[in-house]
Amino acid sequence: MTEPAAEQDPKPDVNALHNVPDATPVDLEAAFRDSNVQEVLDKLDRELIGLKPVKTRIREIAALLLVDRLRKSMGLTSGAPSLHMCFTGNPGTGKTTVALRMAEILHRLGYIRRAEVVSVTRDDLVGQYIGHTAPKTKEVLKKAMGGVLFIDEAYYLYKPENERDYGAESIEILLQVMENNRDDLVVILAGYKDRMDKFFQSNPGMSSRIAHHIDFPDYSAGELLSIAKLMLEGQQYRFSPEAEQAFADYIVKRMKMPHFANARSARNALDRARLRQANRLFAKPGAKLTKKDLVTIEPEDILASRVFSEGVPDTEEKV
Amino acid sequence: MMTNIGNRVTQGQFSFLPDLTDAQITAQIKYALKNNWAIGIEYTDDAHPRNTYWEMFGNPMFDLKDPAGILMEINNCRKTFPNHYIRVTAFNSTRGVESPAMSYIVNRPKVEPGFGLVRQEAEGRSIRYTVHSYATDKPEGERYGK
Repeated sequence: MTEPAAEQDPKPDVNALHNVPDATPVDLEAAFRDSNVQEVLDKLDRELIGLKPVKTRIREIAALLLVDRLRKSMGLTSGAPSLHMCFTGNPGTGKTTVALRMAEILHRLGYIRRAEVVSVTRDDLVGQYIGHTAPKTKEVLKKAMGGVLFIDEAYYLYKPENERDYGAESIEILLQVMENNRDDLVVILAGYKDRMDKFFQSNPGMSSRIAHHIDFPDYSAGELLSIAKLMLEGQQYRFSPEAEQAFADYIVKRMKMPHFANARSARNALDRARLRQANRLFAKPGAKLTKKDLVTIEPEDILASRVFSEGVPDTEEKV
Repeated sequence: MMTNIGNRVTQGQFSFLPDLTDAQITAQIKYALKNNWAIGIEYTDDAHPRNTYWEMFGNPMFDLKDPAGILMEINNCRKTFPNHYIRVTAFNSTRGVESPAMSYIVNRPKVEPGFGLVRQEAEGRSIRYTVHSYATDKPEGERYGK
């Protein structure tokens, strides 16, 4: 009844290394073209500004999976590589966005069966009373099978100050599935760098089972401006040239203040600028408005921020 | 029962074939998911042909979209009830249909004593026949060993 797991590859041909002539041609480019990975990578380049180390790592993973697939076609062993990942970085550096993208890439490469991300936090995994945690965690794992399980703020799973916390039970089950169902599930943990480091220190088993630790760097002022412009484009707005200059100043000032959350701060600033723009349009009744007025953010929309007048972040900025 | 060597219970699909491997079960689950049928797991230790209502192992898995998760649950059930009959059903919830579309056994006890023919003398000289599972002579839970 208990046959070996269904997905197990057929026994690799031990002789393949010697039998297939070394000069057998391999068409890496054709495989690359067929997988449409370039399309996804291009999209990643276009839509995600900066993040050099992240993109490099994704490229590496894509290359590894493609080479693995070619090896398999030659009859060479290709043990399914462990693809569990950990994304660390400051708030607003794009961890969640990249995780969503990752599912698409892995799906194109045929590593996972569905390009779907199940995004959970501590609440979804850890129960409230004894015996509640295991079924809850298993439920989530079953739902994520064949795709990507994204655990946001993963360090909350482990609370060292409370030794009877059920988080440890959840981690145990996670580890087991991460080990046994490597072909079925990719787990991505995300969180702030210092807290994740502490989390891994107290859970060495978790750290060693995660092959890819990717650190998301903070954005530079120039990158944030490009990101802001991309966001505006997505919402069908644009900066006037002076407004662009004002926003660049805003970013430089805002970066030095507390609770700076990279792209998220930029998005919040843009949201407020849109509010002010709408207000400004309302404030001059009778004026002939054109479409240009509706889509353009002017410098005064940005300069009205308290960042300029009082040197403090606007109040609704919560992290 | 002369034609059924080994007294294997034959109910549902594939029951005259050798036991399905996990790979074959996965393929069947894939087929059911492709048709948007919800998969449920049921178990019993009384596999009489007229016993259509088996116990459910958990809820029907309406929300699972991948065979690996369902196979995990099947193995979980096998671990809990190694000596019971376990079957996988696929439920078609289309309005107006609302009935099982597939059903096959994925686990059976190591020893299946089979069924005997019982004759009952009725009015006159007529005889009534029925089948009786030898295993059900023992109480529930002890029928196929611990």
